[in-house]
Amino acid sequence: MHVLQNKWIASNTFEMKLTGRFVNSMKQPGQFLHIKVGDGTSHVLRRPLSIANVDHHIVTVIYKIVGKGTKWLSERKIGETVDVIGPRGTGFPIEGVRNEHIVLIGGGVGVPPLYYLGRKLVQQSNTVTSVLGFQGKDGVFYEDAFRELGETLITTDDGSYGYKGRVTDLIGVLNQDVTQYFSCGPKPMLKGVSETFTIPGFISLEERMGCGVGACFACVCETSDPEDSKGYRKICQDGPVFPAGEVVL
Amino acid sequence: MDLRVSLPGLELKNPILPASGCFGFGREFSEFYDLNELGAITIKAATSEGRFGNPTPRVAETSGGMLNAIGLQNPGVKRIMEEELKFLEQYETPILANVAGSTEEEYVEVARELGAHHRVNALELNISCPNVKEGGIQFGTDPSLAASLTRAVKSVSEVPVYVKLSPNTGDIVEMAKAVEGAGADGLSMINTLVGMKLDLGTGRPILANGTGGLSGPSIKPVAIRMVYQVSQAVSIPIIGMGGVTCVEDVLEFLLAGASAVAVGTANFQNPLICPELIEQLPELMDRCGYGSVQACIGRSFKHEETSLSGT
Ligand SMILES: Cc1cc2nc3c(=O)[nH]c(=O)nc-3n(C[C@H](O)[C@H](O)[C@H](O)COP(=O)(O)OP(=O)(O)OC[C@H]3O[C@@H](n4cnc5c(N)ncnc54)[C@H](O)[C@@H]3O)c2cc1C
Ligand SMILES: Cc1cc2nc3c(=O)[nH]c(=O)nc-3n(C[C@H](O)[C@H](O)[C@H](O)COP(=O)(O)O)c2cc1C
Ligand code: FES
Repeated sequence: MHVLQNKWIASNTFEMKLTGRFVNSMKQPGQFLHIKVGDGTSHVLRRPLSIANVDHHIVTVIYKIVGKGTKWLSERKIGETVDVIGPRGTGFPIEGVRNEHIVLIGGGVGVPPLYYLGRKLVQQSNTVTSVLGFQGKDGVFYEDAFRELGETLITTDDGSYGYKGRVTDLIGVLNQDVTQYFSCGPKPMLKGVSETFTIPGFISLEERMGCGVGACFACVCETSDPEDSKGYRKICQDGPVFPAGEVVL
Repeated sequence: MDLRVSLPGLELKNPILPASGCFGFGREFSEFYDLNELGAITIKAATSEGRFGNPTPRVAETSGGMLNAIGLQNPGVKRIMEEELKFLEQYETPILANVAGSTEEEYVEVARELGAHHRVNALELNISCPNVKEGGIQFGTDPSLAASLTRAVKSVSEVPVYVKLSPNTGDIVEMAKAVEGAGADGLSMINTLVGMKLDLGTGRPILANGTGGLSGPSIKPVAIRMVYQVSQAVSIPIIGMGGVTCVEDVLEFLLAGASAVAVGTANFQNPLICPELIEQLPELMDRCGYGSVQACIGRSFKHEETSLSGT
């Protein structure tokens, strides 16, 4: 895919816009792109990045530099091509979700897929409230974009912006009429979120991947139901989104 | 250009096949291309009961390679036959079924069942998985254990048996000779090398299992050396593998003495790697003056015996 834009939007965080053949198939929020990084065989594994938005044949990913692969990605210039497989995985099941009050809860690099999700939900006449957690003020991104979708609460670990604390601290103050939640972020956060809520919800998980297409069993997690006929789910194929409670966190 | 290779149980229309564990049971890759293009398909290891495998993280990237500690996760031999081999029935490509276990009895049971399945053309005895606590690797490091396991499996299998050798052993030639003496119809080599990667933040290994198997381009020179040594010491054919990422690597394995070449880790970076290699091989062979795959096999040590144009 062609790089249309690759810019710094927050502390070590980049927004990359790409265009190419498969953009039109990226319809379900929560799916990811599997991106080749590095030259030749320097990096044998692709990097999974969530689809943060799709608009007019352009797909956006938002990524934080954490290692060599994301560093390499941040150095791509406009006009260069990036080798992308996608969309992969099973995203948020929002077909038929209408006229509900949904809360989106994201932490750090779990925030990006919630933006595309929020846009779709608003298009389908839902009310959306977003609760987004970041490490500190420098790390906050897409606040205004989320505000356009609906009420948005920001938390930071160090209290340098918004509420001080964790996203789970705010669940109690949410309007009682929320009907469902969708969440993406680090495992401890997802655990906290799914244990605090009593309404139904969906969570999106992260795991180190090998193939990213369901063939290598690198990314599995256990099902909560010991009677489940398989006993496991593949995050790259059955997920990354699961109904809360389906898999062990 | 003649790409055909005839091996015990496997009539390959070209010498390229995916390696076990890097291709699942083919289903996912059938989204990317027609599996009939492949020389053969090696399916993921089967054990008698379903196994969940190791805790995650199960993979870590290294310079020019990766570590994995999947732990032989698979749905068990019955479900593999009912669900996965059933799916593969729509293709004509020969199937090499990878067999694993913790005890000799388990290997024998799995080999008997898979070997009797009409869609399985040969077995690959995985005595080299470094990622399970018991079984596998100790058969792969002790030549007399490996020989006795090979003999036991041979006595129940209805199809030819390839023994997959571990590089984590003192003398790979001795190992190869031991299983050849026990009746192995072929060898496949190499499996992964035991390695480790630490997380500098936590100071601990990245893989939950601690150690994992190293695969990818960084192991290729080891694999080439082992195929080169073993192919001169045995008379059964070798399926070579370890770090193949391009058509030059394929030719190198053939020259080292492999009769067919399996591709593992490279499927992760490029799901189309196998058909691409098959397409590119004739041109490279032509450029190097080889008229058939047969003419390339073992050329590295057969130089004096045959003329360079080959037949
Ligand atoms: C489904 C999914 C969606 C994701 N979406 C986003 C996103 O939208 N934005 C974003 O910034 N990050 C996202 N991540 C995390 C992102 O994949 C990693 O941060 C990235 O792979 C790190 O690569 P690296 O080479 O910079 O780091 P390194 O640490 O050098 O990577 C080494 C290896 O570990 C893997 N790895 C390291 N951290 C993670 C991680 N947290 N999750 C999975 N694999 C990891 C890498 O893929 C690579 O194989 C997502 C992960 C998953 C599984
Ligand atoms: C994720 C993964 C899973 C594997 N699973 C198996 C397996 O189930 N049985 C087996 O015999 N080898 C298994 N292997 C080893 C490969 O088949 C192959 O021998 C090895 O990876 C070297 O080839 P490569 O460098 O091309 O990957 C696995 C390798 C990887 C990377
Ligand atoms: S990453 Fe290979 S099965 Fe999910």
